[in-house]
Amino acid sequence: MIMTRNPQPTPKVVLQVQNASIFYGSFRAVRDVTMDIYANEVTALIGPSGCGKSTLLRCFNRMNDLVPGARVEGKITYHGKDLYARDVDPVEVRRRIGMVFQKPNPFPKSIYDNVVFGARVNKYKGDFDELLETSLRQAALWDEVKDKLQESGLSLSGGQQQRLCIARAIATKPDVILMDEPCSALDPISTLKIEELIHELKQNYTIVIVTHNMQQATRVSDRTAFFNAEATEQGNRVGYLVEYDHTSVIFNNPKQKATMDYVSGRFG
Amino acid sequence: MTDISQPHTPDTTNDQFRKIWTSPRNLFGLFMTGLTGLFAAIAILPLAAIVINVASQGLPLINLDLFTKLPPPPGLSGGGLGNAIVGTLIVLGVAFVISTPIGVLGAVWLSEFGRGSKIAYWVRFSANVLSGVPAIIAGLFSYTIVVMTMGTFSAFAGGVALAVVMLPIVMRTTEEGLVLVPEEVRLAAFGLGATRFETVSRVVLPAALPSIATAVTLALARAGGEAAPLLFTALNNNFWSTDLFRPIATLSVQIYFFAIIPFKPQQELAWAGALVLLSIILIVSIVSRFLTRRKSY
Repeated sequence: MIMTRNPQPTPKVVLQVQNASIFYGSFRAVRDVTMDIYANEVTALIGPSGCGKSTLLRCFNRMNDLVPGARVEGKITYHGKDLYARDVDPVEVRRRIGMVFQKPNPFPKSIYDNVVFGARVNKYKGDFDELLETSLRQAALWDEVKDKLQESGLSLSGGQQQRLCIARAIATKPDVILMDEPCSALDPISTLKIEELIHELKQNYTIVIVTHNMQQATRVSDRTAFFNAEATEQGNRVGYLVEYDHTSVIFNNPKQKATMDYVSGRFG
Repeated sequence: MTDISQPHTPDTTNDQFRKIWTSPRNLFGLFMTGLTGLFAAIAILPLAAIVINVASQGLPLINLDLFTKLPPPPGLSGGGLGNAIVGTLIVLGVAFVISTPIGVLGAVWLSEFGRGSKIAYWVRFSANVLSGVPAIIAGLFSYTIVVMTMGTFSAFAGGVALAVVMLPIVMRTTEEGLVLVPEEVRLAAFGLGATRFETVSRVVLPAALPSIATAVTLALARAGGEAAPLLFTALNNNFWSTDLFRPIATLSVQIYFFAIIPFKPQQELAWAGALVLLSIILIVSIVSRFLTRRKSY
């Protein structure tokens, strides 16, 4: 365990995936994933397009429920609680497991209203101004917007919009933040800012990030899961987990040949 | 003949890019461009002609009496259309109050809850059919439902008839506005732990508000000019009335009656009324344009 960058020897498991398969109708998109996601770490999901990494990410806060016909077999637990048990309200799940999307998607409201949106729907009782400032500071956006909080969130640049979306996710005081390719629509400088931000955020949050950019995975993540897709007899493609380990192992010394080929740029 | 198997050798003379206006393809292009411009001009001709004609006939007749006095008895001059102006606003108000909640909430259901379902398909189809139903049929509907049961022509019955005219416009235009709100914005709200209702009421509806305002003003402009559905619902009234359950005068019906009687003062009032009605509709349409410009998406 010399390679690990993680200070704690046995971190707490936040999300546990056991033999999970994800279906859209009768079509199986992802099969038999088993992995643990640890507290206060950044876990990167990488792999070629169509390997099911985003699909899996969306199952962690039940966003896939919004897709008609989507269903999960196997078990996904959050602090030991089955996320897909009958009595689980997906709305409550999403309050604790927040999400940042690929394309910055601020509401067409003021910066202020964007950030406190989650607090409003969650009937937050504390001081909104304080929540606003801490969230924007944590998202490294405060200095840029503090004088124009009433301006529309849509008036910001793409990188600022994405940090606004992160601030908005933080303001609901989640435990886990899921990020679905958060930098793919951004320029390199904005990307760098978001990556620095991810580093800061893992002190307080558990982060799962899907990325197409392998350099990004090495820069931000503690652990990396490599997914691949293979053709089934029906002619569909099904995604599966190839290898999951500390990021340094995945990129320097992977056990699987497919992982080696992918991270060294031989395919994908 | 150029040999296409050989690489193109650039022509080094200076006029290789010179435009030859008399070449057949350029001439044909010019002709077709001119043709589209001509037909565009023909298309706006009726509106221009109507506005110019109504304005030139009506403008000299605009005075304070027009807005404050009752219409004169047949053959006599003077007077105004004050009661009809008030009546038009009242009947439109009734139609607005009835059609807006039904149309907007119906559109919310179509776009947010029933999207893609069989029922939504039929609701949308019915709305489209309803918008094609002649306005006089809307009047007939209100006559049967309201006038016959209440036993009297009334402003309310007129409002119901106009609401039927407005409903499909409000519903379809609002739905178009709601559909324009990007799906990612809804996902963002869900991702923050908002319920479906909170997502619609706090994010989607506010974002679509300019479209909804446009939908309502568009429908009001359309209904405001209708005379046919009011003929046997609101009927007419030669006196001041603000009573919802009595017959009421409206500009469109007043214009219709005055335009077909052979007395000059009444015909002049009809012209003046036409100008007032046209102005109201133009103002409402311009307001609607203004609201559309401030769209979020």
